[in-house]
Amino acid sequence: MTIHAANFHELRLDRLSRDFGTHNALKDVSLTIKKGEFIALLGPSGCGKSTTLNLIAGLLPATGGGIWLDDKRIDPLRPEERGFGMVFQNYALFPHMNVRRNIGFGLKMRGLPKAEIDKRVDEAAALVRLQSQVDKLPGQLSGGQQQRVAIARAIVVEPPLVLMDEPLSNLDAKLRLEMRAEIRRIHNTLGATTIYVTHDQEEALSLADRIVVMRDGEVRQVGVPEDLFSRPDHLDVAEFMGFRNVVAGRVTSVDGGVAQVAVGSASVTGRVRGAVTAGVACHVAIRPEDLNPSSEGGLKATIISTEFRGREFVGFARMQDGTDLSFLAHTKLEPGTSVTLGADPDRVLVFGGGAA
Amino acid sequence: MVADTRLSTKLWAAANWAVIGFFLLNLLAMIATVVTSSFATRWLGTWFPAGWTTRWYSAAWAEFQLDEVLSVTFQIVFLVVLLSGLIGVPAAYALARREFPGKRLVMLLFLLPLLVPPITFGIPLATVLYRTGLAGSMSGVVLANLVPTVPFVILVMIPFIEQIDTKIEAAARVFGANTFKLFVHVLLPLLMPGILASLLLVLVRTIAMFELTFLTAGPTSQTLVVALYYAVFAAGVRAVQSIDAMAVVYMVTTLIWLVIALRFVNPTQIVGRGGRR
Amino acid sequence: MSAVPDTIPLKQRLAARGVDGLTLLVLPAVLFLLALFVYPFLYGLVLSFNPKNGGALANYIKFFSDSFLYGTIATTLWLALPVTFLTLLFAVPIAFRVRLLQHQRLLTTLLVIPITLGTVLVAQGLLNYLGPQGWFNRTLLTLGLISTPIKLLHNYWGVVISLVITGFPFTFLLTLSYLSGIDPALERAAATLGAGPWQRFKTIMFPLLLPGLAITFCLSFVQAFSVFPSAVLLGAPAGPTRVISIAAYQAAFEEYDYSMASAVAMIMGVVQLGIVVLVLSARGLLYRGPAGGGKG
Repeated sequence: MTIHAANFHELRLDRLSRDFGTHNALKDVSLTIKKGEFIALLGPSGCGKSTTLNLIAGLLPATGGGIWLDDKRIDPLRPEERGFGMVFQNYALFPHMNVRRNIGFGLKMRGLPKAEIDKRVDEAAALVRLQSQVDKLPGQLSGGQQQRVAIARAIVVEPPLVLMDEPLSNLDAKLRLEMRAEIRRIHNTLGATTIYVTHDQEEALSLADRIVVMRDGEVRQVGVPEDLFSRPDHLDVAEFMGFRNVVAGRVTSVDGGVAQVAVGSASVTGRVRGAVTAGVACHVAIRPEDLNPSSEGGLKATIISTEFRGREFVGFARMQDGTDLSFLAHTKLEPGTSVTLGADPDRVLVFGGGAA
Repeated sequence: MVADTRLSTKLWAAANWAVIGFFLLNLLAMIATVVTSSFATRWLGTWFPAGWTTRWYSAAWAEFQLDEVLSVTFQIVFLVVLLSGLIGVPAAYALARREFPGKRLVMLLFLLPLLVPPITFGIPLATVLYRTGLAGSMSGVVLANLVPTVPFVILVMIPFIEQIDTKIEAAARVFGANTFKLFVHVLLPLLMPGILASLLLVLVRTIAMFELTFLTAGPTSQTLVVALYYAVFAAGVRAVQSIDAMAVVYMVTTLIWLVIALRFVNPTQIVGRGGRR
Repeated sequence: MSAVPDTIPLKQRLAARGVDGLTLLVLPAVLFLLALFVYPFLYGLVLSFNPKNGGALANYIKFFSDSFLYGTIATTLWLALPVTFLTLLFAVPIAFRVRLLQHQRLLTTLLVIPITLGTVLVAQGLLNYLGPQGWFNRTLLTLGLISTPIKLLHNYWGVVISLVITGFPFTFLLTLSYLSGIDPALERAAATLGAGPWQRFKTIMFPLLLPGLAITFCLSFVQAFSVFPSAVLLGAPAGPTRVISIAAYQAAFEEYDYSMASAVAMIMGVVQLGIVVLVLSARGLLYRGPAGGGKG
């Protein structure tokens, strides 16, 4: 009854939906995940990423669609029959059991002999570097150690799929970096398939083989980190990926994937994303670090303030129509002075469907 | 929390609901019996009374001198609520904000009157009150009732006060508030929801407190619940409908305050007797 | 105090230990309880050793040599223990069920009613409801489950039923509040690790609930053990439900032997305390930390 197949080929979500009353938490999500992949579900809170994870784990029943492991439909199965490993946001360690019993819990539930359980718990504890802590209660461990126990507990059963629900969100910044590397190392060591939910794009970019960006219960874009980072398909994905300057404009011409956009009296050149034709309203998105004071023309704005950031200054400026821009400068600029800001056309994205 | 659709699970759930349904059904039927009887002209050996009347209420009102009993009840309850607030809230504040030697002992002192049932400590307490001549009077009843309510207010208020950031008080002091102003302008408004909740609970508990009032009350200091006990105890002397009418008056008095209290507190808090870990 | 020169003033030394003006706010409450709780208790204890006639232990000797008196302990235990176990047995599974509900408020409100109304009203209600002509017997007769009305009043069962009606909601609400203190993620974690419903209950939820259940047991037991009005009104106070509080009350207010009454009250307290200490020391062997799944 339990799925023993650590060797499956792919996990398929087929038009998966979940309603809470009248609220659609998840709308027709389809996704295929290959064995061995590290997939990140990325999005702001309420985007449906945790719902997706809970549906895969079986902790929530789906209200539409199906989940398939190769040709086996698993969404009618109860969580205990799916045999996946899951790492919870607050770790969910059993507080009354010591580390050894916590890690061994899944093996015990599978009815393995005690000697086998002990052996595999020791291996798992060694993998997460907690050999010396196995007799302690979770309450006696630090946050990072608790996190390792939670990971060991999930992977010791050699699950076909490891599900992680914002596992690092309760750790401080330094520990978060450390555990990030640790999670990737463990993934590589075991060759397990991992689905990782996070709202932190840096975490997703650094960990995942592929990222699934979600918003409002829908998948917005799926791609490798490099693609998402430099070529987001949607404006909201771009914003999520750090394109913090968004300026409304009108396309004047399009030529081979490059568009000229009129923003007020200025003109900006950028790469076209999606369907853009001459004459339509559009949005131009630029990362602050790609926007600099320029003598060759560009967006005109008035300086509000500049902040010293060590190697350079971060400037804040406002355009005539009230749009705020942030940019990078090498010199300090006085508030109230005018500035012209330009960017490398290769680093400027033009999205159709603007309101200008 | 975990989805489960097996037949055995469903049967088990159904069994649970059946038990709770049976319990509630009997509870409501029991209350309905009292209410029905209080409006019955004659009710013997049938499903429903022969006819309906409200005269038992006027009869009960006169027979049991309910106007006096009610006025005594509310005077006692009002005094208990007021005094347990005045004694309990400052003590809770001190306990929430200070660590001092012997604090555990003090906490134990406040826990015991809630753990020991009233009838157990009520008998020696009543003995002392009789020896000092306080028993039988209203002040004796109030004093006896304060024994569990003061600790109750303290134990409800401590966690409530603890969750108020001490920095707020520090800030008020920095901006020049003296202790009195701090209390009136900062603490009281912040504590008000907690005080209100705990005092409403005290009110409901005191109206229903039978044992302590029973052991210490004299003829002129009976509360409604004690008067009801004597009426039931001496049943046969008076028409049962008359006693039921009195019971309905008692129920309405209690439930009105319960409904008000439930606007501010969770039902589980009513059973909370400081049984925290 | 001021004999030692060059020391920090007493006020400051006390303040450093946490004793200052604010701490003194606790005093009225402490004094009040010392005067009206501790003192009466000690007074009663001393009084119980100063009987009307006979030596210091006369009251206790009398109690334990008169089956009409010492028998009340067994009578009370025979009521309190089954009722406590019974209510717990029903409360636990139902609390597990109700915890999953979105809208528990209606149910918990309904259940709080019998507690709020108190034992006297429940007794009055049951006198009518459970009587030979009451709705309960009528329904059973109509359904053909019985041929003659069952006697549920003025005997053991009348008291048991009234104790269950006030005791079950109490036990249930307390259990529910302990159960809500357990992080639901723990149960989900156990499920993803392959534990079925029974295993989740046995290995995770029950062990974590047990310390709370021990407290619930103590509180429910102590309440049932001090049963008074319903034992008089619904039971047979001269015989099968002559509970210990009736013995104490009669000594005090019918025989006006306050010394004997105090002795009975002390014995009552010792039995209650004995059971509570027993349960709580067993609880000491259990895991008692927070029932959360980790930090945060």
